[in-house]
Amino acid sequence: MRHTISVLVINEFGVLSRISGLFSGRGFNIESLTVAETLDPAISRMTIVTTGDEAILEQITKQLNKLVSVIKVHDFKGEPHIERELLLIKITANAETRAEVLRIVDIFRAKVVDVSPRAYTIELTGDEEKVEAFKDLLRPFGIKEIVSTGRIAMPRTPKHK
Amino acid sequence: MTKKKGKMTGAEIFLECLAEEKVDTIFGFPGGAVLPIYDALYDAPIKHVLVRHEQGAVHAADGYARATGRPGVVLVTSGPGATNTVTGIATAYMDSIPMVVFTGQVPTALIGNDAFQEADIVGITRPCTKHNYLVKDIKDLTRVIKEAFYIASTGRPGPVLVDLPKDVLNATYEFSYPDKVELPSYHPTYKGNSRQIQKAIDIILKSKRPVVYAGGGVVLSDAAAQLKTFCEKLNLPTTNTLMGLGGFPGTHKLFMGMLGMHGTYAANMAVTNTDCLIAIGSRFDDRVTGKTEEFAQYAKIIHIDIDPTSISKNVKVDVPIVGDVCNVLKELIKLVPAAKGLKEYKSNTAEWHEQIDKWSTTHKLSYKDSPKGRLKPQYVVEQLYKITKGDAIITTEVGQNQMWAAQFFLYDKPRTYLTSGGLGTMGFGLPAAIGAQIAFPKKTVVDIAGDGSIQMNIQEIATAVQYKLPVKVVILNNIVLGMVRQWQEFFYDKRYSHTCVSVAPDYVKLADAYGAVGLATGKRDEVASVLKEAMKVKDRPVIMDFRVDPAENVYPMVPAGQPLNKMLLV
Ligand SMILES: Cc1ncc(C[n+]2csc(CCOP(=O)(O)OP(=O)(O)O)c2C)c(N)n1
Ligand SMILES: [Mg+2]
Repeated sequence: MRHTISVLVINEFGVLSRISGLFSGRGFNIESLTVAETLDPAISRMTIVTTGDEAILEQITKQLNKLVSVIKVHDFKGEPHIERELLLIKITANAETRAEVLRIVDIFRAKVVDVSPRAYTIELTGDEEKVEAFKDLLRPFGIKEIVSTGRIAMPRTPKHK
Repeated sequence: MTKKKGKMTGAEIFLECLAEEKVDTIFGFPGGAVLPIYDALYDAPIKHVLVRHEQGAVHAADGYARATGRPGVVLVTSGPGATNTVTGIATAYMDSIPMVVFTGQVPTALIGNDAFQEADIVGITRPCTKHNYLVKDIKDLTRVIKEAFYIASTGRPGPVLVDLPKDVLNATYEFSYPDKVELPSYHPTYKGNSRQIQKAIDIILKSKRPVVYAGGGVVLSDAAAQLKTFCEKLNLPTTNTLMGLGGFPGTHKLFMGMLGMHGTYAANMAVTNTDCLIAIGSRFDDRVTGKTEEFAQYAKIIHIDIDPTSISKNVKVDVPIVGDVCNVLKELIKLVPAAKGLKEYKSNTAEWHEQIDKWSTTHKLSYKDSPKGRLKPQYVVEQLYKITKGDAIITTEVGQNQMWAAQFFLYDKPRTYLTSGGLGTMGFGLPAAIGAQIAFPKKTVVDIAGDGSIQMNIQEIATAVQYKLPVKVVILNNIVLGMVRQWQEFFYDKRYSHTCVSVAPDYVKLADAYGAVGLATGKRDEVASVLKEAMKVKDRPVIMDFRVDPAENVYPMVPAGQPLNKMLLV
C-alpha cells in the first residue's frame, strides 16, 4: 500500500538525516521525499511517499513521532487531499512532431519552457496519474531526459453544509 | 526566571550546568578538544573518575545509572575518544538507560575539514542515541545541556550525546540556567487511558490462566513495589525478562523465574498456555518470544509501556496501554477492590496455579555434577548467592556467565542485576560494576564474568585500584567463548571454530600486577572459602579465577526461532 505522509519537523541542523536514517535503519521504504520551510521558518515540512502494510505504516508513524525533532506526523490515507508533483521533461521535437507535441502540451495544460531546434523542454504539474499519462504519451517522440520532484500534498478544506 | 551568575567560559558554564543538574560524578578521559573542561575540572568540586578506555567510561556511567536511576555522565575528547564511546552508547540505548555523553569536537571553523581528531560523532551516533546535539554557539550551551538531561531521563529513558567544539568551550558568555525546557515536539505519555485500564482489569478477571510478563520498564519506572502489590492482589503468576530481573522479588511464591531462550520450564510453559498475558514494561524481544506466531497464542494480550513504538511491533496486542508503568499499575491496583467477579476469578484460576506449581517442581533449574569432578559454574553462582545472602549488586558480562547469573542468583530488589540485555555487549560487566560501586561504596558489587568477556575491558581494573573500589570479579573461566561454543555444539555439528581462548593471562598474577587481589581455584570445596576471602577485601578489587567445566551448557534452551515450549532440557 502506498502512503503519502506529511511530517512537521523542527528546522534544525541534521534533521533530514534523522528522518532518512530512521527509514534506512529500520528498513522502511522511501519512494520520494521533499522538504521545505513552512509559514513558520523554524518549522519544515517533509512529504514522504512510502509503501508498506498497515503494521509497517503504524510503525513508521510511531517511530517518526518518537523522534525529538518531529512535531507532527500526518498520514493522508483515506482523507480527501490534493497531491502534486512537478515534472521537467526534455523530448525530441522536429518539424514533423512539433505540432503534435504542442497539442499534447495544451491538453495537459503543461508549458514549454525551453526550445531548441531539436528539442522541447516541458514543465508539467499534476498528480501521479496525470504525470504518468503525460510521460506515456510523449514516450514515442523520444524522451531525452526527465527530472521530477517528489510529491507534495495538502488536505482539502472541508465544506460546511 | 533563570539563575544568573555573570560571564564565564564555555567550559566553566558546562560545569555549572552539571552542578545545576546535581551531577556528582563524571566518568571521563581527557584529550585536546576537551582540555578547557579538564582545566576547569582541576579545582572543581565535582568528582571525576578517570577510566582507562572511553568504552569503560560509558559502561561505568551506565552501571551508575542502572544502579541509581539517575543519568550517568560521560566526558571524552573528540575523534577517537568519541568513537570509542559508540559501543557503550549503543548498549545504553538498547536498554533505555538514562545517560548524557559529552564529547569534545574540533573548533567550529575546522568542522568538515578532516581536522586532526575530527569525527562526525553526531552523525555516527544518530541511530543509537535518543537524541543528540552539536553546540555551535555558546548561546545555546545551557539550553542544550538542560534539554539533554531532560530528554535522557524522561519518557522512555536513553542516552543523549552533546558534541562540544573547542572554541565554544573557550568562548565567554553570561551564565544563566533555564529552569524549564521548551520542546514542542517531545511529550511522553505518562498517564494511561482509563478506559483501556478498566478493559484490562475486566479481561484479567475473566481469565483462567493469567500470566504477568514484566520487563526492564518496571525497573526504569521504579515500579517494583506497585508490581508486587498488583500481582499479589490478583494472585498473578509472574515471570521476568532478563532486563526485568529484580523488578519482581526472585524469592516470591508467585515468581516463576525468567522466560525466553534460557527461561525456566515453568515460565515458558505458562506463557505458552496462558489465556491472558499482561506484558508490563517489556518489548517482546525475539530472545523472549521465540517464534512470535506461537508466543502466547491462546492469550488476550494486555501491554503496558511508555513507548508507543513497542506496542504491536513484534506481537499484536489486544489492549494497549501507553503510559508510565508505575502510574498505570497504581490505577490498576485502585480498580481491584471494586472489580466484578473477583471471587469467581480466584476459583477459576486455582487449577492454573496448581499446574504452574507442578511445572516448577518437576522442572527446577538444575545441572548435573561432573563425573570427572569438574567444578560447575552454576555452583559458583549458587555459592555467591549463599555467601552474599543475595544482598549484592551483580553485573555481568555476556554469554553463559550472564545466563547462569540470571538463573542461579535470585534478585529480590530492582537495580541489583545489571546486564547488557539488548545489545549483549561483552566487556560491560567490569566497568558497570565500577559505576555501581562508585554510586554505592558500601555495597557488595560483583561482576559475574566470562573469561572471554573480561578481556574486553580488563584495563578498568586499574581504575578500580586507583579509586580503591572493592569490586569483585568472579570469572567463570571455562577457557572458551562458552555461549558461542554451545551454539556450535548444538547447531554446527560440534565444529568448534575459533571459540577456544585457552591462551589467557594468569589472573592471579594479572591481579597482582594491577595492584588488585587475585584468587583462583578449580575445586568445588574451595569455592566458598575463596568467595569469603574476597568479601573481606574492602580497599581494592579482587579477581577470582574459577576454573570451571568447559563443556557445561546453559539449560533450558529454546533454539532461536522455535516456540517457547520447545526447550532443550538438562
Ligand atoms: C563485543 C561482543 N563480541 C562478540 C559477542 C558474541 N558473543 C556472545 S557470547 C560470547 C562468548 C563470551 O565468552 P565468555 O565471556 O567467556 O562467556 P561464556 O559464554 O564462556 O560464559 C560471544 C563471543 C558479543 N556478545 N559481544
Ligand atoms: Mg568463557
